[in-house]
Amino acid sequence: MTSPLQQKLKITGPSIVTANRTSDGVVIYRTPAKDWSTELSDAAIVRTADDAKALWAEAIADDLGAVGSYIAPVQIGSDGTIEPGNFRESIRLRGTTFALPASA
Amino acid sequence: MYIHDEFDRTLLQERASEFRDQVQRRLSGELTEDEFKSLRLMNGVYLQLHAYMLRIAIPYGTLSSTQLRMLAHVARTYDRGYGHFTTRQNIQFNWIKLSDLPNAMADLASVGVHGIQTSGNCIRNVTTDQWGGVAPGEIDDPRIWAEVMRQYSTLHPEFSFLPRKFKIGITASDHDRAAIKIHDIGLRLHRNGAGETGFEVLVGGGLGRTPFIAKTIKPFVTRRDILTYIEAILRVYNQYGRRDNIYKARIKILVHELGIERFAREVEDEWQQIKDGQLALDEAVIDEIRSRFRYPAYEKLTDNPAELKQGFEDPAFKAWYRNSVRAHRVPGYGIVTLSLKPIGGPPGDATAEQMDAIADLADRYAFGEIRVGHEQNLCFPSVAKRDLRRCGAPSMRSASQRRTSIS
Repeated sequence: MTSPLQQKLKITGPSIVTANRTSDGVVIYRTPAKDWSTELSDAAIVRTADDAKALWAEAIADDLGAVGSYIAPVQIGSDGTIEPGNFRESIRLRGTTFALPASA
Repeated sequence: MYIHDEFDRTLLQERASEFRDQVQRRLSGELTEDEFKSLRLMNGVYLQLHAYMLRIAIPYGTLSSTQLRMLAHVARTYDRGYGHFTTRQNIQFNWIKLSDLPNAMADLASVGVHGIQTSGNCIRNVTTDQWGGVAPGEIDDPRIWAEVMRQYSTLHPEFSFLPRKFKIGITASDHDRAAIKIHDIGLRLHRNGAGETGFEVLVGGGLGRTPFIAKTIKPFVTRRDILTYIEAILRVYNQYGRRDNIYKARIKILVHELGIERFAREVEDEWQQIKDGQLALDEAVIDEIRSRFRYPAYEKLTDNPAELKQGFEDPAFKAWYRNSVRAHRVPGYGIVTLSLKPIGGPPGDATAEQMDAIADLADRYAFGEIRVGHEQNLCFPSVAKRDLRRCGAPSMRSASQRRTSIS
């Protein structure tokens, strides 16, 4: 099977690498410091396919820290704020779309 | 309730211990995610959008109050204080940490509950009527047959890697409360012209992106032959089911593409070769399984007690009774549905406090037994009608509180 990294990658705008943390499944983002953060604002931004592949390869290599990493689009505001680039990522960032049952 | 034997108890303890070792090896880096994924899925552990999810099987939807309290304990200790009852008589914990899973699994195993075969391309938790054994007019208690299937399918080596997941539903009533026509195999217990009890076998039903209603493949299969016939269906599916496209891999697609007549011929050919083999069911085996089901010691009661007549003077109770209480096979008793559908909220969620409260009510009024139905509600299968007001009042109050909290 062809590795995802060997497949052709199309990047149409600013992107990040995201995954779930191995120990608890929490949503995490790859940072420029080659680490992970739960804050999207800490994410490393890439703009070319080569840079995205390199960032993703780093993430995949950290099998102990993260599960199921992939490249996701983001939008950068005029003040530099990073926002999710699609609905899925918006839900992953902000949590469930309904209130969870609360204990009495 | 079904009384598990030593084999079941040992199996679950060993499985919990094995899973603890697998999780430790994953967290230490000894196992990669690729190596670990199939192991966690075999124990009902998924990775979803926000977190890991643990799915626990509730065979034929029957829970003891002790088991429900343990589910509450797991929700409170390892998750976010609630659990989600599903359309297949399972419960899911949606926020559990991988590092907490071994302890959660061990706690669950201590009361005979597990996540085996709640995931993966195997025969999943066999489901049936949540009113099995208490509804009037049943041919037999369908849970006995669900237990036969459970014992047959648990860790079955030939059917652990089917083309896709495989779901079996059973009903023993004219009114199908198990939704058997949307299962890969649906079984309807009925009597033939000679008065003999057997099964109508349906195949190829399912929902999802390509919904199909199951078709009858054989109108009558005897009790002796039911396992061999199911095995023949599974073998044909295992051989011809598509493995190249996940969206075309369910048996409903195979049945649709081959046509029910050709599919039935293939099954018949296979069945003729195995029907007198080891899986031909001896009545003694069925009786042994039947004997492990315990039924409440029902009292001889009037069907219309004074307490009930008095209760009907209260319009709230009357409305609750009309919506939530159904006839029982034993006079003087009723089946009570507890809705897990708050207005405006997702169906099937129950907090740990609600589970504990329901377990307490079950101990007080319902012989310590709770059922989970495919409509994502719970029910008390047996409540004396004289106790309905006391048993129903907390349910009415909690329903009203849920509505208030949503609005």
